[in-house]
Amino acid sequence: MLDAILGGLRLVATLDLRLWEIVALSLAVSLSAVVFATLLGLPLGAAIAVGRFRGRQAVIVVLNALMGLPPVVVGLFVYLLLSRAGPLGELGLLFTPPAMVIAQTILIVPIIAALARQAVEDAWREYEEQLRSLGVQGLRGALTVLWDIRFSLLTAVLAGLGRASAEVGAVMIVGGNIDGVTRVMTTTIALETSKGDLPLALGLGMVLIAIVLALNAAAQMIRDAAQRRYG
Amino acid sequence: MNGILPLRLERVSFAAGGRTIIEPLDLTLEAGASTVILGANGAGKSVLMRLMHGLLAPSTGRVAWSTEGPRRRQAMVFQRPVMLRRSALANVVYALDAAGVPVGQQLRLAREALQEVGLAYAAGRPARVLSGGEQQRLALARAWALHPEVLFLDEPTANLDPGATREIEAVIKAFDVAGTKIVMSTHSLGQARRLGDEVIFLHQGRVAERAPIDRFFPQPASPEAAAFVKGELPWA
Amino acid sequence: MGLAVAAVIGFITVASTTSTEQSGLFRHLLPIFEKQSGIQVRVVALGTGQALDLGKRGDADVVFVHAKALEEKFVAEGYGVKRFEVMYNDFVLVGPRSDPAKIGGTRDIVAGLQKVKEAQAPFASRGDKSGTHFAERQLWKMAGFDIAKDRGPWYRDTGSGMGPTLNTAAGMNAYALTDRGTWLSFKNRGDLVISVEGDQRLFNQYGVILVNPAKHAHVKRDMGQAFIDWIVSAEGQAAIAAYKIGGEQLFFPNAKR
Repeated sequence: MLDAILGGLRLVATLDLRLWEIVALSLAVSLSAVVFATLLGLPLGAAIAVGRFRGRQAVIVVLNALMGLPPVVVGLFVYLLLSRAGPLGELGLLFTPPAMVIAQTILIVPIIAALARQAVEDAWREYEEQLRSLGVQGLRGALTVLWDIRFSLLTAVLAGLGRASAEVGAVMIVGGNIDGVTRVMTTTIALETSKGDLPLALGLGMVLIAIVLALNAAAQMIRDAAQRRYG
Repeated sequence: MNGILPLRLERVSFAAGGRTIIEPLDLTLEAGASTVILGANGAGKSVLMRLMHGLLAPSTGRVAWSTEGPRRRQAMVFQRPVMLRRSALANVVYALDAAGVPVGQQLRLAREALQEVGLAYAAGRPARVLSGGEQQRLALARAWALHPEVLFLDEPTANLDPGATREIEAVIKAFDVAGTKIVMSTHSLGQARRLGDEVIFLHQGRVAERAPIDRFFPQPASPEAAAFVKGELPWA
Repeated sequence: MGLAVAAVIGFITVASTTSTEQSGLFRHLLPIFEKQSGIQVRVVALGTGQALDLGKRGDADVVFVHAKALEEKFVAEGYGVKRFEVMYNDFVLVGPRSDPAKIGGTRDIVAGLQKVKEAQAPFASRGDKSGTHFAERQLWKMAGFDIAKDRGPWYRDTGSGMGPTLNTAAGMNAYALTDRGTWLSFKNRGDLVISVEGDQRLFNQYGVILVNPAKHAHVKRDMGQAFIDWIVSAEGQAAIAAYKIGGEQLFFPNAKR
């Protein structure tokens, strides 16, 4: 196993072009998905947090449960949507990076929304009276709180990013793992492992972990800086 | 003058969690005199203030202002100031924006408000890094900018040291002089005497006594108030 | 030689099998075709059954698999236009160097399988309805067994692709049927070596079919046909023959003229 690890490190160090193309695509897909999921999930979570409507508790339970959506199931669902034989087949999106972004976005919206809902609801308890005293209602109040706790929402966003970059089931099904087109880190690791080419798989695995670590570290630094600056 | 006062509470009561916190009461607040609401912890002062300000809906009865749309004409300062993670100036601007003040005037009015409470030096600083006393003054600046007819204050100096307390009381006095009706709850007798023109004494959710400040001190008429004053005296 | 490099004019989607992809054939073959035609070929590699399914749904323009009976059914049912034979490769039986079933180097696959069953030596099967799995079941039938009934604890269904199945076989020191291509590029062999090879019955025929545009109007018929024409042409066939791993040729072109 040590050989495999060293082999992996060597591949990373020699900046193998194919490897870095795969890394670049993985980042592009997962980061895009995170951006869309954040734009959809944050307002959704905030709205549920401050809203008062019938069935609210049920909605919260369902949202939390959706955090555990199995990636393969999402992949299958999106595949059926985008397949030529399916309702959105005309778009010709199957087996392209946009399809992968769509699948991952669906996968992580519940995560970001559920975590945002919790964070906003906790913060709302602190802000609610003062905001209502100033005449700030409903949606505007939710957005104000959302913006005010933006740095702690980084945690929710990072959770979504972590899930997206780690999953293989959804991107495999809707992307097809096409060499040079839709092959990302996780699907390559799966492929190379099944071919018995462990050094490459390990090399990619290390890159993947390093990237996720780096992003988390950056987010922590941002949170600390914000804490010092804004209190 | 088309003001929102007098405020009439008609048969207003409030119950929550199976307990009655405010017994049905009738109360009228007129313009002019600053009203201090006095009472022990748990007497219902905070709840009464929130009923008047509209943060809570009464279980029975109604809270009636003299004209429609009283929202902008009142403001409230809480025991613990709640500030947004923005500069002090931005917090005041936010309140002005929420009140519908035209964008062109917001900065000017905000700066004037900070000036009034002596916080001009802190305009650009993040509100949340200010001291407790400074944040409470900022809360008052936020209220001042709105030029409210009525200013509710719920134990505004309970968490502050004597120096900060004096600064806050000075600002409240300035509000009073400017014509804003002050409605303030406190359990400090000294503060009541310094700032109030009349006292409403609350005991277990009922108005036990209401009197001008000179008649209430040194000797309240009701037995509950008398007991309270006697017990509180060491801390006045 | 001396052909101009064509600008990329479009792409086609080819559904093929994991074993073909993993053999590395496409990485060798496709750049040649792409440079000459300007058509980018995107290969989605799945099991044979799934690849044909992709063709039926119209999610691929061309299917390129190795299961003759299923391919002919595909065309007969109207999903494909016409089947062209392209090349064949062969399967080999791999097993532990210690040879617990005492196969002893025979070239007879049927005899070999019978010995495995008699000895109840561990055997790893793909069990995933792939072309390889299909071929494996056929060989058991030729050996006189209905493997679904005659199996025992020695017969392990991994339900996965060729690579993972070989991983399992290497891990358990079991016998397994694999295509030569995957075996040659498989790096995790453990103690496994080739036990039986060369039997005619181990040959594995590949066919290529254009998905029927009559069933799916959006199929890229011209570009798909260009790919098929090329792969059965003298040039394409030569390119297939030229693909070697460790000096060994993997695929033997046999397109009919």
